[in-house]
Amino acid sequence: MQKLLSWIDDRFPLTKLWEEQWGKYVAPKNFNFWYYFGSLAAFVLVMQIVTGIFLAMTYKPDATKAFESIEYMMRDVSGGWFIRYMHSTGASAFFIVVYLHMFRGLMYGSYRKPRELLWIIGCLIYFALMGEAFFGYLLPWGQMSYWGAQVIVNLFSTVPFIGDGLGTWIRGDFTISDVTLNRFFSFHVIAFPLVLLLLVAVHLMALHEVGSNNPDGIEIKKQPKDAKTGIYLDGIYSHPYYTIKDLVGVVFFLAVFFIVVFFIPDVGGYFLEANNFIPADPLKTPEHIAPVWYFTPYYAILRAVPSKMLPFVPPTQFYGVLAMAAAVLIFCFLPWLDRGAVKSIRYRGTLYKSWLALFVFCFLLLGYLGTVPVTIWGQFSGGWTEILDTKDKATWVARILTVAYFLFFVLMPWYTARDKTKPVPERVQ
Amino acid sequence: MMRAIATRLLVALLLAASGAALAAEGGPRLLTAPSESWFAREASLQRGARNFVNYCLSCHGARFMRYSRLTDLGVTEAMINDNLMFASDKIGNTMTVAMSEADGKAWFGSPPPDLSVIARVRGKDWLYSYLLAFYRDEDSISGWNNLVFPNVAMPHVLWNLSGSQKLVDTEYADGEKAEAAAIAAKGLAAVEPAAGGKFVVRTLALDTPGSLSAPQYEAFVADLVNYLDFMGEPVKHERINMGIVVLIFMGALFVLVYSLKRDYWKEVH
Repeated sequence: MQKLLSWIDDRFPLTKLWEEQWGKYVAPKNFNFWYYFGSLAAFVLVMQIVTGIFLAMTYKPDATKAFESIEYMMRDVSGGWFIRYMHSTGASAFFIVVYLHMFRGLMYGSYRKPRELLWIIGCLIYFALMGEAFFGYLLPWGQMSYWGAQVIVNLFSTVPFIGDGLGTWIRGDFTISDVTLNRFFSFHVIAFPLVLLLLVAVHLMALHEVGSNNPDGIEIKKQPKDAKTGIYLDGIYSHPYYTIKDLVGVVFFLAVFFIVVFFIPDVGGYFLEANNFIPADPLKTPEHIAPVWYFTPYYAILRAVPSKMLPFVPPTQFYGVLAMAAAVLIFCFLPWLDRGAVKSIRYRGTLYKSWLALFVFCFLLLGYLGTVPVTIWGQFSGGWTEILDTKDKATWVARILTVAYFLFFVLMPWYTARDKTKPVPERVQ
Repeated sequence: MMRAIATRLLVALLLAASGAALAAEGGPRLLTAPSESWFAREASLQRGARNFVNYCLSCHGARFMRYSRLTDLGVTEAMINDNLMFASDKIGNTMTVAMSEADGKAWFGSPPPDLSVIARVRGKDWLYSYLLAFYRDEDSISGWNNLVFPNVAMPHVLWNLSGSQKLVDTEYADGEKAEAAAIAAKGLAAVEPAAGGKFVVRTLALDTPGSLSAPQYEAFVADLVNYLDFMGEPVKHERINMGIVVLIFMGALFVLVYSLKRDYWKEVH
C-alpha cells in the first residue's frame, strides 16, 4: 500500500493535495452549529449530482413526453420515486443550507479581509445555483414550470431596446416551447453543474489558502504555534476532528431530510407545488403564478418596484428587474461596505445587531410576500395611493421592506464604523 | 443573542407557512375528507377502485395508472381482470378511455381532465367537497351546477345515487352574521356579497333522494376520494412505511456517529 502511494506521489501530488486541502489543514477549534452548513452544502451538491444522473436515465426532455416520463419514474421505475423526491427535496435543501451558510458569513464577518475573494467566489456559487435551480424547474413541464419560466424569461424582455430579441434568443422561440425545454435541460445537466463544481473547487482552495474564520472572528494564524503539536494555539487538524464532526452533521441533516422525503415530500406545496401536477398548457394561464420559495424574496422586490418612475418614459417592469438584480449582486460588495472594528457579531455593538436582525426580518417577510397574491392583505381606500400605482397593502409593505433591505447594505459603512464594539480577546472562547 | 435570532427565524418561518396555507383557500369552507383507519384502508381503496372504474372511467382516463398496480390494494390479477377491467384487455395497460379529446371538447365544452394525479393537484378535501356539492340548476347547460366549482362543465354523474340537491340562499344584512351562519351550517356553505351591501349564505338541501342515503353516499364518495389519492401516488403507503424504518436507522446511526465524535473530541481543549 505504502509502495503504491509513493509510486503515485512520484507522479501525481496525491498526498500533497490531500494534506493541503484537508488532511493537515488547520482550522480553528471553536466552530459552532453554524459551521456545519459549508460541508452540508458540498454534501447536497454531490447528492444532487448523483440523483440527477439517475433521473436523467428516465427523464425525456421533450415537451410531449417530459411530464409523462416523470410520472413513469414515480410509478414504474424501481425506486424512481425515491430518487425523484431526493432530488426535488435536495433542491430546496440546497438553498436552505446555502442561505444559512451565507447568514453565518454575515454574523461572523467571514467576508472581511483577507477573505474577500473567498466570499465573492461564494456569491458566484450562489448565482450559479440560482441558474441551476431555474433551469431545472422547467423540466417537470407542469403548469408552474411553464409559467414560472415564462415570467422569468419575460423579465429579460423588459430590457430597453434589445429586450424582445433577448427574450426570443433565450427561449429559442417566441414562447416557452420544446426548443426551450431542450436547451434548459442541457444547461441544467451539463453547463451549470460543471460551473458549480469548478466554483466549489475554487472556493475550497481559496478557503484552505486563507484559513477559516471562526465565531470569534480571531485570526488563529496570528497566534504563536504550540510547542508540542507544532500548530497554532487555537487550531486543530481538520482530520480527524472536523471529518468526524461534519459526519455527525451529515447524519443529522439526512435524518431531517428523510423526514421530508418519506413523509411530506410536497411540504404543503412549498417544495412541490400542486399546480405543477397539471401538465404545461400554453393556452391556460394559472390564476396565481409564484416562483418556488427560494426565489420569492427577490420576486417580492420585483413586484414592489413601481413600473412608472420617470416622467415621459412609458411604464416598464425594468426598474423592478434592476432592483431584483441589484438585491442579489449587492452581496458581492459586503467586504468593502463593512467598516467595523471587529468581525464577529459577538463583539459588535447594538447597531450592527439591530440592522442584521432587520435584514433577516425583511428577507423572510419578503420571501413570504413573494409566495402570495399582492391582494393578500386587502387594499387601501382613498385616492392618495394612486400616486404610486397600487392600492394593495401588501405591495406597500413590500416596498418598505425593499427599502430596508437595501439600506442594510447602503448604510453599512456608516453604522458599522459608528458601532460601539467590544474588545476582542486574544484567544478563541 | 444567537439563540434569540434563531428562535425568531423559526417563528417567522412557521408564521409564513401557516399564512400561506390560509391564503390558498377561497369559496366555501371545504369539508374534511374522512380518512380510513390503518385496517379499513385496503377495503376502502378496493371499494373506491370499483367506484372509479364504474362511474368515472368512461369519460375520465388515468393514463399513468396501470390496472396491474391495483394489486397493491390486496386484489389478485384475476380479480382485476374479472371485475375492474371494462375499458382494456391487458392488465399491464394504463387506464385510458375511448373518448377522444376532441369529442370531449365537443360534448362538454372542455375535455374531461385525466385523473391520474388529480388528488395531488386538488387535495382530498377539495375532491370530497366537490363531489358532494352538485345541485340542480336549470340555467346551466347540463342542468347541474356546483358550489365548490361554480359553472363546472361536468354534469352530476352520480345523481341517481345521491339524489338531487337544491340551492338554498339565506340573506343577511351583516357580513359577520353571515359568516357565523355559514360556520354554524352543517355541510358546505358559501358566503357571497349580494345586492344592496347585503350578504347571502348559500347552502345545499336534499330535494329528491337517490338510491343511497346521505351517509351512504358520503361513504361512497369518501372511498372514491381515497382511491383517487392512492392513484395520485401509488407508492405513498410504502413510502411512509419505509420512512419509519429509515428514521429508526438514522437515529441509531446518529447515536453511533455522535459517540464517536465525542470520543475523538475528548482530547481537545
